[in-house]
Amino acid sequence: MSLLHLAIVSPLVLAALIPTLYRTFPKIHTGWFLLPLPILLFSYFLQFISQTSQGNTITRNLQWIPSLGIDFTVKIDGLGLLFALLITGIGSLVVLYSIYYLSKEKEKLNLFYVYLLLFMGAMLGVVLSDNLILLYSFWELTSFSSFLLIGYWHHRERSRYGAQKSMLITVFGGLAMLGGILLLYMMTGTFSISETIAVAGELPGSQLFIPALLCFLLGAFTKSAQFPFHIWLPDAMEAPTPVSAYLHSATMVKAGIYLVARLTPIFAQSGIWLWLVAGIGIITLFWGSFSAVRQSDLKGILAYSTISQLGMIMSLLGIGAVALHFDGVNDGIYTVAVTAAVFHLINHATFKGSLFMAVGIIDHETGTRDIRRLGGLMTLMPITFTISLIGTLSMAGLPPFNGFLSKEMFFTGMLNAKEAGIFSLDVWGILFPVIAWTGSVFTFVYCMILLFRTFTGGFKPEKLDKEPHEAPLGMLVPPIILASLVIVFGLFPKLLANTLISPAMAAILPSLVEDGKQFNVHISHWHGFKPELFMTIGVVLVGILLYKTQESWSGIYRLFPEKFSFNKLYDHSLELLQRVSRKFTRMYMNGFIRTYLVYIFSFFIFILGVALVYSQAVKFDTADLAEVRFYEVILVAIIALSSVSILFAKSRLTSIILLGAVGYTVALFFVIFRAPDLALTQLVIETVSVSLFLLCFYHLPKLRKSEGRVGFKLFNLLIAAGVGAIVTVISLSAHSSKKFESISNYYIENTYKKAGGENMVNVILVDFRGFDTLFEICVLGIAALGIYGMIKLRLAKGKTE
Amino acid sequence: MEILMSFLIGILFMTATYLMLSKSLLRIIIGTGLLSHGAHLLILTMGGLKRGAAPLLGEHAKSYVDPLPQALILTAIVISFGVTSFFLVLAYRAYQELGTDNMDRLRGKEGHE
Repeated sequence: MSLLHLAIVSPLVLAALIPTLYRTFPKIHTGWFLLPLPILLFSYFLQFISQTSQGNTITRNLQWIPSLGIDFTVKIDGLGLLFALLITGIGSLVVLYSIYYLSKEKEKLNLFYVYLLLFMGAMLGVVLSDNLILLYSFWELTSFSSFLLIGYWHHRERSRYGAQKSMLITVFGGLAMLGGILLLYMMTGTFSISETIAVAGELPGSQLFIPALLCFLLGAFTKSAQFPFHIWLPDAMEAPTPVSAYLHSATMVKAGIYLVARLTPIFAQSGIWLWLVAGIGIITLFWGSFSAVRQSDLKGILAYSTISQLGMIMSLLGIGAVALHFDGVNDGIYTVAVTAAVFHLINHATFKGSLFMAVGIIDHETGTRDIRRLGGLMTLMPITFTISLIGTLSMAGLPPFNGFLSKEMFFTGMLNAKEAGIFSLDVWGILFPVIAWTGSVFTFVYCMILLFRTFTGGFKPEKLDKEPHEAPLGMLVPPIILASLVIVFGLFPKLLANTLISPAMAAILPSLVEDGKQFNVHISHWHGFKPELFMTIGVVLVGILLYKTQESWSGIYRLFPEKFSFNKLYDHSLELLQRVSRKFTRMYMNGFIRTYLVYIFSFFIFILGVALVYSQAVKFDTADLAEVRFYEVILVAIIALSSVSILFAKSRLTSIILLGAVGYTVALFFVIFRAPDLALTQLVIETVSVSLFLLCFYHLPKLRKSEGRVGFKLFNLLIAAGVGAIVTVISLSAHSSKKFESISNYYIENTYKKAGGENMVNVILVDFRGFDTLFEICVLGIAALGIYGMIKLRLAKGKTE
Repeated sequence: MEILMSFLIGILFMTATYLMLSKSLLRIIIGTGLLSHGAHLLILTMGGLKRGAAPLLGEHAKSYVDPLPQALILTAIVISFGVTSFFLVLAYRAYQELGTDNMDRLRGKEGHE
């Protein structure tokens, strides 16, 4: 176990200690105890930058289940490190923020921090695993802890609904991913990601390649809230705001992005991958920003904006995959898309985290997040306003913030897409910049709504529950740090270029990096008068126009009735599933024993009949038969007659006596077929049985006056005839195809020699096969005790009623 | 003879099944009785009905009938007797407590899973 392993599991270890700390120090806010851990981890991960920026990777191995190829293998490369820094860095800020956000008196802090630490450890595990099964384990742990965090205020119905929805959707995707992992394992024979990447070139020929690709994408799309699986994210906003800031903007929703980036070297050779990732991403971008405009809840806007921005990163990763088919390390026009993806990943984490925290402050200090009740907070909350201003302008893609840089590069990447000339990108590639531009306009509009509806306009104190004022310093520090990072990265993007972005790109596109070389990352503010600049200017102009005239065009949202939304589809299909399965179960489980017997008998007839015909087992051979004698024919006739006449018997007594007749005739059969012991037993037992029958049913009151015969039912008769026919056919066929001699000669020879008896049946019962007899005695004993208990024990009477 | 016996066993199984599908509890129990007779005869028939002496060494015969199926049937008879008598008393008690032997009325109710 190396230090790196320890770093990954340390949040889980601390999570185990939290309840004790919470109880031992009730006066100290529990958050303070865990604040040092993410900071420590952050500084620990920082030291790897010097290694990864030189193109080195660090791998540590710990055996877990070596016989199955499942090991606790962790690996630090550019991509993993970038995510690890995001997780621990934003994690520290979120913990600090939550200390001020969550009240010590009112909230169950022990639960909150246990869940949060579980999540942090799981997320670190996801991004640093080099073993796919390990990755999957941590992946499910993030779904699970996210479920707990969304449902943190479990007394609220909406929280439970949101938690269940996110759980169903992400676990569905996770399970699909497990399928993809297994398919990949069938192709390569290893769970190790590095080893899989090493043999990636041979994979596309396999039949399993496309199914595996689709399974992985399903996992990534559900986790990263891509269209149409985005519906869980807005409902996850029921979680406490620190959770939304951490999980649903900066870390967990990027697990899908991470997965796509990580698997790019394996799957990106395929056109299907490229089109799905880029296409779904760009649709998500548009749909997210389009839907965000209509929201009135601040967190709702941010949720849809997260969806939209994730779609943007996803589409960039898709377009970036083109690079694998073309250019090398330097000056590739497609690698710029990957640069933009990685850069925007960092940018989004900074500005979205700060925006969530700012919204949390507004909620905390005014008591509402409804945009219709807010307004004019600029002078009351100047610091929060400044943070929001920086965050929204960066999100809208305006200079000098970092969002501007990544958006410019995004446009560059999209414009380059149509020039690739492969996978029919030359025909349809023009759609990418068009949709991207339209989506960016809506992004601009909702950014303006977020900013101006909240902070400018008339102040409406009568609509607010609290007297609004600026938040405490501790709550402001984390968003201030993030907002300053927005500016710093915006002004000095070179800080990131060689430290984080270039190593991450080397991990995403390893085949393009030659030994000792690196990606050249160009991020500049001024490209010259290129199309992307005019696109940005167009976004701003059209965006302002749309914002000003929002009243007049908001009617288009009514074009799609609420009934046809994906949420309604989800709700209806869930309800339909329950209703149909309940109906179906009620239909066949109707409570009548007779119906179940019909199922059993029909299945018996069907399965045996099919098996007999299918295996051509039906045989009829007259070679090995005993001769037919007169007495036996008479006995057969008696049994057949009496058993059939039971069906027509009117009274219970007649049926019982007819059953007795069958039993005694069977005893006569035993006499004729030379079985004296059987005949004896059968006679005695039949006598006792019949007397028992008579005893029971003769003394019972006549419940129904007309006893009647068995009502004639054709269906029952058909089933009964089927059973009889099948048994006859089987017994005939079995008798006609005897494979080998009986083993009974041994018993006949040795009954006297070895066991010292002359009655073979008795010797078999008590000597050769005595165990059977022992447990048959047990059966009789249990039956006797059971009968005694049934008659004597009368507990329920009078007590329950 | 085995062919004849096979058909007889088929008839026993058929009547047993038909009785088990009826409404009355008593008829169901009679059906199980017929079914066990059918099964016992099936074991005997499958062992072969070739003539030979009873499986007693005192007979000093050249050939004996197969003793193994007989031992199996003996065990089966005793067990089915135990089960039948238990079932019978159970039906009797159910009759006493619930006042009906109609299987349609002995149906599980909703919410009593």
